[in-house]
Amino acid sequence: MFSEARGTRLAGRVCVVTGGGSGIGRAVCLLFGREGATVVAADKKAESAARTVGEMEFLGAQGMAVQVDVSVARSVQGMVDVVVEEHGRIDVLVNNAGFGFAATVVETEEADWDRLMSVNLKGVYLGCKYVVPVMARQGGGSIVNTASAAGLVGVPDRAAYCASKGGVIAMTRAMAIDHVDEGVRINCVAPGTVESPYFDEIFAATDDPEGLRRLMEARHPMGRLGSPDEVASSVLYLASDESSFVTGSVLSVDGGMTAR
Amino acid sequence: MRLQGKVAMISGAARGMGAVEARLFASEGARVILGDIIEDAGREVASEIAATGAEAVFLSLDVTSPCDWEKAVYKAVSRFGGLDVLVNNAGVYLRGYVEETSPEDWDRVMEVNAKGAFLGTRAAIPAMRESGGGSIVNISSFNALVGTTTSAAYNASKAAVRLLTKSTAVQYAADGIRANVIHPGPTRTAMFMSGFPDEEAVEERRALVPLGRIGTAEDIAYGALFLASDESSYMTGSDLVIDGGWTAQ
Repeated sequence: MFSEARGTRLAGRVCVVTGGGSGIGRAVCLLFGREGATVVAADKKAESAARTVGEMEFLGAQGMAVQVDVSVARSVQGMVDVVVEEHGRIDVLVNNAGFGFAATVVETEEADWDRLMSVNLKGVYLGCKYVVPVMARQGGGSIVNTASAAGLVGVPDRAAYCASKGGVIAMTRAMAIDHVDEGVRINCVAPGTVESPYFDEIFAATDDPEGLRRLMEARHPMGRLGSPDEVASSVLYLASDESSFVTGSVLSVDGGMTAR
Repeated sequence: MRLQGKVAMISGAARGMGAVEARLFASEGARVILGDIIEDAGREVASEIAATGAEAVFLSLDVTSPCDWEKAVYKAVSRFGGLDVLVNNAGVYLRGYVEETSPEDWDRVMEVNAKGAFLGTRAAIPAMRESGGGSIVNISSFNALVGTTTSAAYNASKAAVRLLTKSTAVQYAADGIRANVIHPGPTRTAMFMSGFPDEEAVEERRALVPLGRIGTAEDIAYGALFLASDESSYMTGSDLVIDGGWTAQ
């Protein structure tokens, strides 16, 4: 939906995007590449990250694929080391890797809770833990976390997911204050329901995919789901210098879902 | 060009954030209508923009006048063929605790800040619907989110703007009209300076901003550009807080 025109809003910047192999993360990588950034697409699935980088190179952008499990400290530290060794710096980090499942607290198994928290919340913690010192050393940077409207309001059947995203929002504010003097801005986006492989799976798993889709669409006053590109453009705003006076902010990109 | 082909109206465009928004929007391809009660400065900004080759017109706009708003929207439609973007930027500041605020002061602040945004929104909606949709950007304040010792009436008026925005968003989403609200932190403009007796008072305020600086009109204008453009096409009813971290703590 957006033009394929090249811009310069991230010219010369080194950007790391976790969950860069699909959905919102992939859209962020492609948009950042079009805006002049060198983009590291990091994903648990090495082949997905490589595919995103292939698409970026097709657009004439610079990219590098890295395999990472954001829930494992050693893996995140390794990713940061590789990027710094290769590119010398990290200007932008997008902590985007995450997943969800449908369940109330009563239905949620302890192992599933732990796994979700370890990716959605601990993954953000680890990304920041290892990247903030790099940014502080070079004089600053911008971190954008992918939270969710589900971190702001209750969504049926997503108890653990809501908790993890609420945690991301609270941690974003806390980190923004802690690291403001180091020149590191930290913000998050809170998307509503966005078209993604994850929702395709959820739709496919029900008896009435069309009915569920209509229900999800109706949750948003705009009457439709968002596209990954529509979230990526808000991540770009927060990543770029255009938002240099913005830190600790939560930017809802949710078709009006949390406005009512 | 991020606003190519769009017609944008900005209230309070003679100076401060409004003037910077008008210049930025024009540089991104918008045709701009600048409204203000400060006519000389407003005309000057419009002619500066026109000198760059962009299209810009100034018109006298008192945001408390329903009639002025009708005329402004008519001008947008008759001259440029429609209205795609409205920035309700005009505002007044009033310093003072509750007891120091006279009922007349309260009414004046509400009249310009809250009713002004309401009247602009009310006038713009039919034209935007006619254009197949549009984007309304309201300028509120971090004072709409947290209390301050500096003002009471101003804060209340900006909180009104915030919920006007959310209600507009919910009511007109089906018409393709988006409405979002910006909450600037302390930002160096003529209006802001009117609330601070001297540079020492500004410095005291600066020291309270986590990012360690007072914001600029450019900081706010870039947020307004993002919300005005199709880059924010899935955003409506959202708060964009540009406050140097003030409300994060």
